[in-house]
Amino acid sequence: MSDIKYLPGKEPHPSEHRLIFKNIDREGWDTSIDTYIADGGYEQLKKAITMEPSAITNEVKASGLRGRGGAGFPTGVKWGFIPPNNTKPVYLICNADESEPGTFKDRYILHQDPHQLIEGMVISAFAVGAKVAFIYIREEFPEAALTIERAIEEARAKSLVGKDILGSGFDLEIWVHRGAAAYICGEETGLIESLEGKRPYPRIKPPYFPAALGLYMAPTIVNNVESLCHVKHIIEMGGAEYAKLGVERNTGTRILCVSGDVKNPGYYEVQVGKVTMGELLNDICGGPKDGRSFKAVIPGGSSSKILRCEEVFKIGKGEDAKDLAFWDIQMDFDTLAACGTMAGSGGVIVLDDSRKMSWVLNNINHFYAHESCGQCTPCREGNGWMKKISDRIVNGLAAPEDIQTLEDVAYQIDGKTICAFGEASSWPVEAIISKFRDELTAETSEDNQRLSKEQLQREAYLTK
Amino acid sequence: MMSPEERQEIEHEIACYPYKQAVCVDALKILQKHRGWVSDEAVKEVAEILEMSPSEVDSVATFYNLIYRQPTGRHVIHVCDSISCWVMGCGSICEHLKKRLGINMGETTPDGRFTLLPIVCLGACDKAPAMMVGKTTHENLTPETIDALLEKLP
Ligand SMILES: NC(=O)C1=CN([C@@H]2O[C@H](COP(=O)(O)OP(=O)(O)OC[C@H]3O[C@@H](n4cnc5c(N)ncnc54)[C@H](O)[C@@H]3O)[C@@H](O)[C@H]2O)C=CC1
Ligand SMILES: Cc1cc2nc3c(=O)[nH]c(=O)nc-3n(C[C@H](O)[C@H](O)[C@H](O)COP(=O)(O)O)c2cc1C
Ligand code: SF4
Ligand code: FES
Repeated sequence: MSDIKYLPGKEPHPSEHRLIFKNIDREGWDTSIDTYIADGGYEQLKKAITMEPSAITNEVKASGLRGRGGAGFPTGVKWGFIPPNNTKPVYLICNADESEPGTFKDRYILHQDPHQLIEGMVISAFAVGAKVAFIYIREEFPEAALTIERAIEEARAKSLVGKDILGSGFDLEIWVHRGAAAYICGEETGLIESLEGKRPYPRIKPPYFPAALGLYMAPTIVNNVESLCHVKHIIEMGGAEYAKLGVERNTGTRILCVSGDVKNPGYYEVQVGKVTMGELLNDICGGPKDGRSFKAVIPGGSSSKILRCEEVFKIGKGEDAKDLAFWDIQMDFDTLAACGTMAGSGGVIVLDDSRKMSWVLNNINHFYAHESCGQCTPCREGNGWMKKISDRIVNGLAAPEDIQTLEDVAYQIDGKTICAFGEASSWPVEAIISKFRDELTAETSEDNQRLSKEQLQREAYLTK
Repeated sequence: MMSPEERQEIEHEIACYPYKQAVCVDALKILQKHRGWVSDEAVKEVAEILEMSPSEVDSVATFYNLIYRQPTGRHVIHVCDSISCWVMGCGSICEHLKKRLGINMGETTPDGRFTLLPIVCLGACDKAPAMMVGKTTHENLTPETIDALLEKLP
């Protein structure tokens, strides 16, 4: 990789390890298939197509790859969930709905390296036995859709997509499907409903895990853009070799999207767990803006629980328990989970000492209240209500007990809904309240009107 | 009435899917492309061609942020107001736009040139604040770059 040159000012940070983003901002790079092939592109497809499909799945299992869409579920294991005696067609869907606030990695792949995704998809489709694949691209990414469509045509012309790929007898059609802008279309079962032309109401899992009952009730593998790109590199390196990147159970590389109050926001592809929060924020991102200090970080997209910079976490149980300071958190799935939050979509949102938590809370509440699909009552009503309460807080109209009401509402949503949007919307509230209760309470006043039980019920009811 | 061109585009989509209903969102987007927005009439027309009920079509049409059920200006300006853009000052960007255009969020200028609407995260958070005008996302916004951009739009 040392011979690769990047555009001036866009060079990767020395701590980065680029696989997926190798070609992003690369000098002399463009999205054409000739450029991609001249750089060794589609060689892994040529190799994969001579393998047994189950052998590819085994490599992906051995690699330890965990889904980069947010949940971190092992990709190879998911592929293995297709019922063995299945007689229906199998579908592959690439989830390019990227809409978790703070996440922007997939857009760069679609814009600058479409063939990497296509190669990853053809290999994955071959492994799971899909003859039809969809790329679900959010409506806000029209340029990405165009770039991908052009790339698919180029690949088709070279027999890399379509009938009898490279003379192997394997057929694969890839269709680009555009959404019409709704966050819930990123939830895999909502996405599938949307693809079927319906209102994107998520389905209940189980039984509707897509791998068993997905698009048109047939087995469907839904994977994130970045996850599918990794498959190509797993074939190239071999699963065992790939698993040497990163740390145990958290293998490979992943792209961290840093935004907000830092000197150098941007995308940084690092080995999973090999970089700590302190290294990321202070060394890679250049520290806080001048005259400011860091206050808190939302580590995995807006739905993950916020972390205070002075927090110390108890990791492990019993004898092995040890303290871990915020700055020493390794950026991997398990460590962030042990700290009570999640690695999520990789969107690291940084807040400095100029930010009031009530405003952060209110901004997040507005987002979720707007984007709830409205199917389950706790989510639909609860998010509207939380928005109303946080509006009262930022407008200086809240009484101290409102904070308790807000917390109660969040716990009434958490775990009681059809899809994970319930958690995505209540976790930020639970965390901001438990970690900044004093700050929030200081913005309320005993003098403000305390709502009677009746008024509260009314408010809960009239949430719009 | 659906124009022959609109009908043809919808028929083309229908041919790509296993059943007609799957084309619902695409059909709405096709009519919106030609007419600027989706009227009640358009909802009925889509329902008819896809053999759905108008209320089924409307439940899809009203769900999505980028299907307009009201007339819009020639250019729809969507300002991202999600967390990273908010941190980077989308509030003052909105204020600037409101002042310059003389309208509030959700309104259209009297000359029918611009509609101003909020939108959720555009996936451009590293270059916040961001907004989308028509099909193009503009990043690292400042009042100056916004003014320059608006000048260029007919
Ligand atoms: N990238 C983005 O823009 C966004 C990402 N997210 C992330 O999404 C995550 C939640 O996603 P979910 O899909 O609800 O998580 P999940 O844990 O239900 O599923 C993860 C994946 O594993 C599969 N899976 C899990 N158990 C399975 C089983 N027993 N059989 C078959 N398949 C199984 C699911 O089908 C899915 O593909 C959150 O953690 C959040 O971080 C949320 C919003 C936006
Ligand atoms: C509300 C909600 C929104 C989601 N949005 C996205 C998204 O935009 N992109 C994505 O890849 N996954 C998203 N997910 C996660 C998907 O449901 C699913 O887990 C993922 O696409 C699986 O791919 P992976 O295993 O490769 O991560 C979302 C989940 C929820 C609950
Ligand atoms: S949890 Fe919310 S977003 Fe998910 S299905 Fe229920 S109402 Fe819809
Ligand atoms: S928060 Fe505005 S683009 Fe992501």
